[in-house]
Amino acid sequence: MLEVRELHKSFAGFVAVGGVSLDVADRQIVAVIGPNGAGKTTFFNLITGHLRPDSGRVIFAGRDITGAPPHRICRMGMGRSFQRTNIFAKLTVFENIQAALLAHHGRGRNFWSRSEDFYRVETEELLVSIGLQDEARTVAGTLSYGNQKQLELGIALTSDPRLLLLDEPTAGMSATETHDALRLLERIAGERGLTLLFTEHDMEVVFAIAEKIAVLHQGRLLAQGTPGEMRADPEVRRVYLGATT
Amino acid sequence: MRRSASRLPWTLIVFLAMASVPWIGSRYDAFLAGQITIDALFAVSLNLLLGTTGLVSFGHVAYFGVGAYVYGILMKAYGVPFVFAFPAAGLGAALFAAISGYFCVRLIKLYFAMLTLAFSQIVWAIAYKWNAVTGGDQGLPEIPYPDLGWMSAIPGCGDLSTGARFYLLTLVLVAVALAILHRIVRSPFGRMLTTIRDNPERAAFIGLNVRAYQLAAFIVAGGFAGLAGALYGIFSRGVFADYVFWAKSAEVIIMAILGGMDYFWGPPVGAAALVWLNQQVTDYTQYWPFVLGSLLLILLFVFPGGLVGGVVAGVSRLQRIIAGRDA
Ligand SMILES: Nc1ncnc2c1ncn2[C@@H]1O[C@H](COP(=O)(O)OP(=O)(O)O)[C@@H](O)[C@H]1O
Ligand SMILES: [Mg+2]
Repeated sequence: MLEVRELHKSFAGFVAVGGVSLDVADRQIVAVIGPNGAGKTTFFNLITGHLRPDSGRVIFAGRDITGAPPHRICRMGMGRSFQRTNIFAKLTVFENIQAALLAHHGRGRNFWSRSEDFYRVETEELLVSIGLQDEARTVAGTLSYGNQKQLELGIALTSDPRLLLLDEPTAGMSATETHDALRLLERIAGERGLTLLFTEHDMEVVFAIAEKIAVLHQGRLLAQGTPGEMRADPEVRRVYLGATT
Repeated sequence: MRRSASRLPWTLIVFLAMASVPWIGSRYDAFLAGQITIDALFAVSLNLLLGTTGLVSFGHVAYFGVGAYVYGILMKAYGVPFVFAFPAAGLGAALFAAISGYFCVRLIKLYFAMLTLAFSQIVWAIAYKWNAVTGGDQGLPEIPYPDLGWMSAIPGCGDLSTGARFYLLTLVLVAVALAILHRIVRSPFGRMLTTIRDNPERAAFIGLNVRAYQLAAFIVAGGFAGLAGALYGIFSRGVFADYVFWAKSAEVIIMAILGGMDYFWGPPVGAAALVWLNQQVTDYTQYWPFVLGSLLLILLFVFPGGLVGGVVAGVSRLQRIIAGRDA
């Protein structure tokens, strides 16, 4: 599904991502963990086209997408959420999803019909599936943090992605919110046969749902393997898990 | 019951009220009404960028000016009739917006704003210096009114002066232009622009080519500004380099913000308020820029969502109070 080969990115001499390779198989749930500043977000931005790598390749569903612009990559079937919530704050929850559906179906060039009339049923269905049907008319910027994250997931799902990249999907959530968010993620990934690649700082979350874990440290891949292997790896324990286990 | 006020056909009422000015108002009223009508279109065209797409253009006057000059030159040098010269003014401004916008949308935020300002200064310099074509500092005086003899056939218009007839024509053309802009804002295309305003990074990852959409908005906004400029040239009986001076870009931004850039009808309300304030204050004091500035500060402080935002907030508060009593 996704092959990342030797990605490099530095900012003014500072190596944020230094030669990372990672394979994600179809329908696999993969976590990228690592302390703050390890380069996780940068790594995601390189995959989704928000940043251009200095060198290395990104191959998605058999196609080389290295350096392609985000909107193209999105249309190929990759969805993403952002670490800081990325919704359309002044639009209502309903309009957020509806707008994303319009974009996905390439209706944005239509400048003469009423946008309200499009994809009402689909929007409603998606809102039900992410559990936000009761907030349909709420202005998105006024939602609780947990609900904003849910909405963001909903926006990412509108493009019917095969691969979903989630940057710290539970960051800033309370324990119950985290629990609910995980259940939601697992259910949706199962229903839609999604491949998930996510970053996370909360170890509980990682070990609860990841099938494969990649450990990033100072821009380099320290180790990768199953949760069990990672728990056992002495180096991983030393630099990262040491503090929490 | 409570919603009845918002169901009134406000746009029709305002249009009819404006249309009655030549019959019930003085010549001066008609002058102010014409000014407001043209500024309303100019301000709404800017707001397609400002309020809808989230692009702050400091140089919107360039497209207004290009429209005015295209019309003026076609009319004076080539005698092109209004029916052709007027759309040509819009197309000319849109074309210039396509060229300058191509560069502007490559920059973000303040850099975008600065580049729009730079382009408008270039237009101003050309208008001021290129004597052979633009008339330089003399401008293009004595732009004639289009032939409006046909309006005598409309009942009630027979006795109207050419100026009053042109005002009515302007009103109808602006109304049509605003109706088109309204449709554009409410369309899927307009919705995409609002997602870019709220969050360009996210908008790219719902599959939008953000720059292409910004450029399209820039072209449409420029085209309609050009139409407003052409009308203004005829209305003022001449096209002058002053029209392209940057201060007018600031003025139209103030109109949009004062009226409320989150609302389609905000900028026209802002245009009316500014024209009226300007005239009131100028009548009483020579320090009008100072008084006007202070007044604007106070207004913006009291109504952060602009005048329309203030009214909307007031109405919904009133509704809640009434609803509280009913309960
Ligand atoms: N646009 C940027 N310019 C300069 N440095 C950056 C930029 N983005 C990230 N960095 C740096 O790269 C490192 C990795 O950041 P990031 O990818 O956000 O880490 P993480 O998501 O793992 O916390 C950090 O030291 C950060 O300061
Ligand atoms: Mg991060």
